[in-house]
Amino acid sequence: MEPILIAVAVLLVAGLLALVGGRNARWASASGALGAVAGGALTLFAAVDVLLHGAGRAIRWPWDVPLGSFRLVLDPLSAVFALAIAVIGGLAAVYACGYLTPSGKAESSASMPRKNTGAAWFFFNLLLASMLLVVTAHNGLLFLVSWEVMSLASFFLVMFEGEKPGVREAGWTYLVTTHLGTALLLAMFALLSRKSGSLDFDALSAPGLTGVVFLLGLIGFGTKAGLMPLHVWLPEAHPAAPSYVSAVMSGVMIKTGIYGLLRMLTFLGPPPAWWGWTFLAMGVVSGVLGVLYALSQHDLKRLLAYHSVENIGIIAMALGVGLLGVHYDMPIMAVFGFTGGLLHVVNHAIFKSLLFLGAGSVLHATGTGEIDRLGGLLKRMPVTGATFLVGAAAISGLPPLNGFVSEFLIFLGALAGLVGVARTAPAWTLMSVLVVGGLALIGGLAAACFSKAFGIVFLGEPRSGAASSAHEAGAMMRWPMMILAGLCVLIGLSAPLWPWVLSAAVAVIVPENLRAATAAAAGQASRPLVLVVLASYILLGLIVLLACVRRKLLGGRRVETAVTWDCGYAAPSPRMQYTASSFARPLTLLFRLFLQPRDEIDAPRGLFPQRASLHSHTPDLFRRYVYEPLFAGIGSVASKLRWLQEGRIQIYVLYIALTILTLLIWKLG
Amino acid sequence: MFPIASIAHVVLALLLAPLLPGVINRTKAWFAGRRGPRLAQTYFDLWKLLHKGAVYSRTTNWVFVAGPIVGLACVVTAMLIVPLGGVPGFLAFSGDFLLLACLLGLMRFFTVIAALDTGSSFEGMGGSREVFFSALAEPAMLLGLTALAASSQSLSLSSIYVLIGTQASLSSAGPAMLLVAAALGIVFLTENARIPIDDPNTHLELTMIHEVMVLDHGGPDLAMIEYGSAVKLWVLGALLVGIVVPVRSGHGAVDLLAGVGGMVLLAVFTGVVESTMARLKLLRVPQFLVAAAVLSILALVLVMR
Repeated sequence: MEPILIAVAVLLVAGLLALVGGRNARWASASGALGAVAGGALTLFAAVDVLLHGAGRAIRWPWDVPLGSFRLVLDPLSAVFALAIAVIGGLAAVYACGYLTPSGKAESSASMPRKNTGAAWFFFNLLLASMLLVVTAHNGLLFLVSWEVMSLASFFLVMFEGEKPGVREAGWTYLVTTHLGTALLLAMFALLSRKSGSLDFDALSAPGLTGVVFLLGLIGFGTKAGLMPLHVWLPEAHPAAPSYVSAVMSGVMIKTGIYGLLRMLTFLGPPPAWWGWTFLAMGVVSGVLGVLYALSQHDLKRLLAYHSVENIGIIAMALGVGLLGVHYDMPIMAVFGFTGGLLHVVNHAIFKSLLFLGAGSVLHATGTGEIDRLGGLLKRMPVTGATFLVGAAAISGLPPLNGFVSEFLIFLGALAGLVGVARTAPAWTLMSVLVVGGLALIGGLAAACFSKAFGIVFLGEPRSGAASSAHEAGAMMRWPMMILAGLCVLIGLSAPLWPWVLSAAVAVIVPENLRAATAAAAGQASRPLVLVVLASYILLGLIVLLACVRRKLLGGRRVETAVTWDCGYAAPSPRMQYTASSFARPLTLLFRLFLQPRDEIDAPRGLFPQRASLHSHTPDLFRRYVYEPLFAGIGSVASKLRWLQEGRIQIYVLYIALTILTLLIWKLG
Repeated sequence: MFPIASIAHVVLALLLAPLLPGVINRTKAWFAGRRGPRLAQTYFDLWKLLHKGAVYSRTTNWVFVAGPIVGLACVVTAMLIVPLGGVPGFLAFSGDFLLLACLLGLMRFFTVIAALDTGSSFEGMGGSREVFFSALAEPAMLLGLTALAASSQSLSLSSIYVLIGTQASLSSAGPAMLLVAAALGIVFLTENARIPIDDPNTHLELTMIHEVMVLDHGGPDLAMIEYGSAVKLWVLGALLVGIVVPVRSGHGAVDLLAGVGGMVLLAVFTGVVESTMARLKLLRVPQFLVAAAVLSILALVLVMR
């Protein structure tokens, strides 16, 4: 356990040093990044130890706060999340060194005006430290305090470029939503502590009120995680933040919401079926709509942000499958569901932060994230392009990479209901339609979206001057991306190990009567994965073989270069290439019921048309039809109370006096 | 069970796959009153392409070269999984049909990005349509196979297909089988770029889907693409033939021959469809594919009843 505490201390000290070092960017980066890497390494060491050898020692310090106690426990469930925080946090910190240091190039210093990098590092390290505390806290109050610190630290990181109006707007949305979520969590913990009067995690329970607690937690944690109706902050805040922050926020911070949901389930006892169905339904909605919105975006980082919604949806589907397995007493379904979900948490952390770092390099090199202004970057940024391709294939759930492995487990978990049980429940039909159909549709659409994102950004010819003068990112930025891409391949090719590694964490989630079955079920999960991996090796072997054959065949023959076939038209310009918008158009039109894409067309008129324009955009429906009217309503009610706010100090003194008087009368009378 | 038969199937399929386009073209020629190309024409084409040099666009990167290689590797790996009627696949495990679908997905992904690598608008359009249709075809295929899994109470393609022809499965799940066969038939035509979704013989870049994506490929690369599509025809065809040719003698050689015969019949059937139908309007294709998914779900409901 101590390593975690030391890690938190190291992170905070390094953050403070960076803050003190303030304006000297080099000093701040060195201090902050060294702290993050050292803290990450310590955490990694502790988390791996716990996953392999069981929970470490708990820490309990006195803390003189009502209901509070400073208790930290790193159990296997916490360890999975701590592992992700450590790896992604450390790598993002190394990347940030390259990202924050002015490279001397005109366009990058223009996109990155002089900033207090010390403050950025302080909040970054604070974010990592608070996330570590969130996943290890064993007391409700400590949890909530860390949660709040985490939210505020990430808020300040989002506001790093707060001079831009869009960023301020995004930060504001984020601040409001995250606090609404926290308010519900406060209520949830209050309900949970009613019986025992203590907020220690062992003592929490909510007899009779489990349904209410579940809903409070679902909304509170779901807001942080970005489940579909609660996701509105996510596509705003992630693109606004600097890319290494987006990587940490999207890769690991939103996962603390998933951690919270899982931890909450351990307090609540046996789950009724509707919890599982709720997760499943929200998961499918988030997954399908998330990927559809992603498909219709024009901004690379916003596209990635919507993909986080999609992947949180897949994780929620996995949790739904797991909960239904627990409810119907089917260990295989439960273990496959939870294992797939946890593995997807780790996998998504890896490939999503990889993709955000890649998007950051693109942004750094070209100054724009507008997909339709990019193109041809693979020639100019070979490492960023190749690693982005690995991430794109992994997030689309394609073999032999890691995304496929977790989706495979979720899929098998859902199908476990089809075989070996009495065929009575129409529930199994519904579940397999939701999970199989949902995963297949999500996978197909994600592949469509990422063939678009990779193909338009990195392939073809540059569509703007910024894209054609792009340069590869520095070594500090390249290495984290290469390591993350390597991890995608490594997990994909070592798939059978992961059910074993995660079985201890799954055992924390499932109730006692299923715990004995988890090890056996982990074995059952490994068996098909052995053959999956065998097929992956065959695939890779065939690729190498065919590449050699091709090289051999073409050796000594005439290999020429020419222009792309253009139907005989001799003067093509890069602007005539297919754009991301046109690539995604058929799909956005097919799903226009959900997306309601809007076009503003200024059509060419007359015999000699002067200018014409076409703008297409897809605003978020939930934001437009649910949240904006809601907050407009609250705003108008609040403005009706403005007469209270006179602006004269005497009136305010009168309010205070009246309040004290009322309280006195109430208490004494 | 029949490791020898499985290996024999893989070898035979890899050898005979280029025959299927020949059979289809011959059938179409017969309908049109032409003599048509030789049955073995695809072999000659492949031979010719393998002996050519290549011309690459200056716009392209290594992705363009990787497309055909990864595509062929994927579909050959998929061939190891797919059973042919009573002949089990070489690799069989729970949930193998998801791997099969995802291998085809990886093939498509690389075909599309190789197309986008040229920077050509035609190829971008083809890629866009390809991902559009396949995103809808994939749920139909996986749901259909799930229905089969539910009816046979097993999760691996090989054990699912071994049981299909048996008396018990015919009497209890006959209607569901027909629905799945219809759904997989639609998927087969879509994924292999056949009429009524795509026309392999079309002459206009604007109207092509699959063909336009490979416009810029030539030489050995094109040979790999052509051979890969032939093998893909076999892989997806085998899933369909396994249902509609319920020969399960328990004897490897007999089952294998019946399966190969079924594949040839399927090729003839495809030729008949191509000769007697027109292409659907592009806007109609999604409805066609959603219909396939609905048929699959209906089959699942029937099976689980």
